[in-house]
Amino acid sequence: MGGAERSERHRSDLCDRTGHELGEMLRAGECSALELTDSCLARIDLVDERVKAFLEVTADRARDQARQIDERLAKGEERRAVAGIPLALKDVLCTRGVTTTCGSKILHNYVPPYDCTPWEDLRAGGSILVGKTNCDEFAMGSSTENSAFFPTRNPWDLDMVPGGSSGGSAAAVAAGEAVWALGTDTGGSVRQPAALCGVVGFKPTYGLISRYGLIAFASSLDTVSTFTRDVRDAAILLSRIAAKDPRDATSLPTPFRNYGRGMEDGVRGLKIGVLRDWLGEGVEPAVKSAVEASVGRLQNLGAEIDEASLPNAEYALSAYYLIAPAECSSNLARYDGVRYGLRSKDAADVVEMNMRTRGEGFGDEVKRRIMLGTYSLSAGYYDAYYGQAQKVRTLVIQDFQGAFERFDLLLGPTSPTTAFPLGAKTEDPLAMYLNDIFTIPGNLSGVPGISIPCGLDEKGLPIGLQLMGKHLDEDTVLRAAYAFEQDLGFADRPALIQEAAA
Amino acid sequence: MPVEIDVDHVARLARLNLTDEERERFRTQLGLILEHAERVREVAADDVRPTAQPVPQSNVFRDDEPEPVLTQDEALAGAPEVEDGRFKVPRIIEAE
Amino acid sequence: MTEYEAVVGLECHVELSTRTKMFCGTPNEFGGEPNTRTCPVCLGHPGTLPVPNRQAIEYTMKIALALDSEIAASSLFHRKNYFYPDMPKNYQISQYDLPIGSGGHLEIEVDGQSRRIAMNRVHLEEDTGKTVHAGTTGRIAEADYALEDYNRAGVPLVEVVSEPDIRTAEEARSYLTELRALLEALGVSDVRMEEGSFRCDANISVRPAGQTEYGVKVEIKNMNSIRSVERAVRFEIERQRNALEAGETLVQETRHWDESKGVTLPLRSKEYAFDYRYFPEPDLAPVEPDGEWIDRLRKGLPELPAARRRRFVEQHDLDPAAARIVAGSAEWAEFFEEAVGLGAEPRAVANWMTGDLAALLHENDVSLSGGRVEPRHVADIARLVADGTISTAGAKQVLAVAFASGTAAQQIVEERGLAQISDESELTAVIDEVVAENPGPVEQFRGGKEGVIGFLVGQVMQKTKGAANPQEAQRLLRQRLS
Ligand SMILES: [Mg+2]
Ligand SMILES: [Zn+2]
Repeated sequence: MGGAERSERHRSDLCDRTGHELGEMLRAGECSALELTDSCLARIDLVDERVKAFLEVTADRARDQARQIDERLAKGEERRAVAGIPLALKDVLCTRGVTTTCGSKILHNYVPPYDCTPWEDLRAGGSILVGKTNCDEFAMGSSTENSAFFPTRNPWDLDMVPGGSSGGSAAAVAAGEAVWALGTDTGGSVRQPAALCGVVGFKPTYGLISRYGLIAFASSLDTVSTFTRDVRDAAILLSRIAAKDPRDATSLPTPFRNYGRGMEDGVRGLKIGVLRDWLGEGVEPAVKSAVEASVGRLQNLGAEIDEASLPNAEYALSAYYLIAPAECSSNLARYDGVRYGLRSKDAADVVEMNMRTRGEGFGDEVKRRIMLGTYSLSAGYYDAYYGQAQKVRTLVIQDFQGAFERFDLLLGPTSPTTAFPLGAKTEDPLAMYLNDIFTIPGNLSGVPGISIPCGLDEKGLPIGLQLMGKHLDEDTVLRAAYAFEQDLGFADRPALIQEAAA
Repeated sequence: MPVEIDVDHVARLARLNLTDEERERFRTQLGLILEHAERVREVAADDVRPTAQPVPQSNVFRDDEPEPVLTQDEALAGAPEVEDGRFKVPRIIEAE
Repeated sequence: MTEYEAVVGLECHVELSTRTKMFCGTPNEFGGEPNTRTCPVCLGHPGTLPVPNRQAIEYTMKIALALDSEIAASSLFHRKNYFYPDMPKNYQISQYDLPIGSGGHLEIEVDGQSRRIAMNRVHLEEDTGKTVHAGTTGRIAEADYALEDYNRAGVPLVEVVSEPDIRTAEEARSYLTELRALLEALGVSDVRMEEGSFRCDANISVRPAGQTEYGVKVEIKNMNSIRSVERAVRFEIERQRNALEAGETLVQETRHWDESKGVTLPLRSKEYAFDYRYFPEPDLAPVEPDGEWIDRLRKGLPELPAARRRRFVEQHDLDPAAARIVAGSAEWAEFFEEAVGLGAEPRAVANWMTGDLAALLHENDVSLSGGRVEPRHVADIARLVADGTISTAGAKQVLAVAFASGTAAQQIVEERGLAQISDESELTAVIDEVVAENPGPVEQFRGGKEGVIGFLVGQVMQKTKGAANPQEAQRLLRQRLS
């Protein structure tokens, strides 16, 4: 093997490394931001025809950004942790001048006049945008099959879904098309695809990251969240984007700070409650045994393990399927063909124009949820549905408060199953909704939750372990996740990558 | 028992044109989903207060300070149809 | 014959004069080229979020406090969902069951009688954009298409709703006049009906006197002056009364006031009932003012028109009708108090203001601050009349000249020779002439014809070209002829 060839090999796997590793390499001059960006773009060229993680690849823009970072690196000025690292953004996050579609026909041509706050923060930190990723339309779904454009595939097995709704971002990080990515988690839309794609998905406390510029699905649940290759990267990315935003009245009054403090301190003495109810019926045996093995591992590391329960969590799914559609029915009313996006032509009057635009522009699941939400808010039903659901929300929050009096963290599976075949659940909405049964309680209560890989099933598909912490106790979640990750040493990668590297 | 809903009325409220096939399918699916969702009534007693926000706050305001605006061109950039600096829409029949 | 009673409730929308809109930093200004005062938030772009303007919240609390409404310990914004192209999000952020202010009252005056109109609520919401219906005929129903301008979208709008406590068109007018004066005194709105910063809808029903249940309620829209509200309410009460007397059944509906025809007309009936699907706005936190905040606002309230009126009657001995005009607006009240502060007699100042000055302003179509007359002019005029320097007729001239030129009263008196002759020796000389020239009338007076004195004083006035002090002239004449 000649030197040039070896160097080429070396460069082509830059995109599979972690962000913190690459940051060190950039600052040490071991690679350039442009080389790194090109490595991701080359990977996209190589695999994305099959994976279909991206709706748009911003190659030119990415290279321009990379050159600017390289100039700063050359002058030794660049110390920012995210600078020069290629990032993918779920296409529900507004990017000024870059089409943002929400995976919907109704916004197929929408170019936002502004940046969402998380991207503004990342861009200011020297982050490089490689593209916008596919998702279920308006983030409604658990498989990314509800995209109006095409489904995304799981890099571990192209016949399987990547999970969703942030399936494009999850697949991009798993396949080395981006080093890390942002998604949004409303009912599990980051943690679940992270689990199914074998990466780390971290949903922080509701309100910690600004929602400004995150195209709303369900306002009281939507949470910008991260996909990374390891826990340290999750802490780095979070530290760059978590702070009070004056443009989001629901963002919490917290200043920027470094998350992941005490991350290396281990779990000795941490009280972890295991949600036994979440390891029963409907949970695949492989998921169950991987989670149980994880409990043993944490116990060996010194964590104090006991059984915990969230008695009202079984009602959380029902409450979620009232609250989220209600908010969505109102949030999506603005897509009416008047100011931007799709307009149906030749309507006789404005009502007909609205109805046809929305009929043609929205897909099946979005229509279903708009109908559901409109119905449950309509005269005479509010108290029975929305009002009751908000009460269940209170009960779920009280359950978490009770549990966190005894425990520092709660543990369970992220998803009851590993990745399933495309088309397997598209005809049965209720079966699809059950994917989110373990992630939804975290959204209703707003607590931070992380999904980390904890093994593979018999088909070689990744399994996710979920840890949830107290409001604003991201540090403890990261600390336990890091200890677990270091101990497990999960090193498997999708076959696709090995093939690409070969 | 699946819930019976007036699909046409709801679609009209939501301004959604539905095909006959969609109307029938949604009637069935929404009925089943609502039947499942009705479980919320089993637990939520009268004395439970509803929660709207996962992490409650109050009095979040901004100062009355002007910020930059969009130009007329920027405002109209995405509009399907424009006339005289305004967004053009088909005629409005309904009052209100 | 059955006696009927009208039941009227008024719902006013007041645009607040904050610097920026309700939920974004876009400047809040009237007019301007279409769609030049927008940002992604008030254009309803995907992903944008509302953040409430603190000033707008304070203005709303001030209005509520001024109306003696109770400020909610915890108040919420709700979304009111309905589709209309002038509303960028197709929902309006408004308030529902937890408004900022509840209850309270407004004191009004009709024919010198005070009445308290109970208030229902004071809530805060956002305004919509403006629609132009374009096409060949100009009638909405026949328009070819419509055009939307979102400059006004998101402007803070306070809804002030009365209880159905109003009984007559005059009370409706008084209520609006009073409310406008109150809002003006608070400095929270331009309250210009013609620019739409103060708008009013009326709910009107009629029932047999003595009946406690309400009649069929009709909502009247599109009235753009206080005068047109008064006319519309009068018309609608009459229409309903006539219908009832004729044994017709009234329908609950919304009607439109046609200003030129002077009638209310039914609006095209809606295809289906509105169902606003209110739910708490998930993008916003509750408004929970503490006692300290409320106290600070309460202490900062200016003197309100009703209180000022009472004070003017008590402190300055004005009659209620004059007090209502002089205390009616901050501008007039300040003018009055400044003139009184310069030492003028309050009742005289009020008389000049409500009489000649008001007429001059009306004729010339200017406001008090737009004219050249200052409080000093009125104070000087009142004083010069009181000390006999000028006559009432002379004073009218001084005011008219001052109104046109702004010249000081004293200077006008001098330049125009308007000072009265009260000097005894000067007058005695003239009287001598008059007595010599009019032997007949002098004989008649001496013979007991008392009325002739008026003729003789008139002769003195004529000889002095009106400059003689008539009281003084008469006294000296009597002295001379006795
Ligand atoms: Mg209103
Ligand atoms: Zn704005």
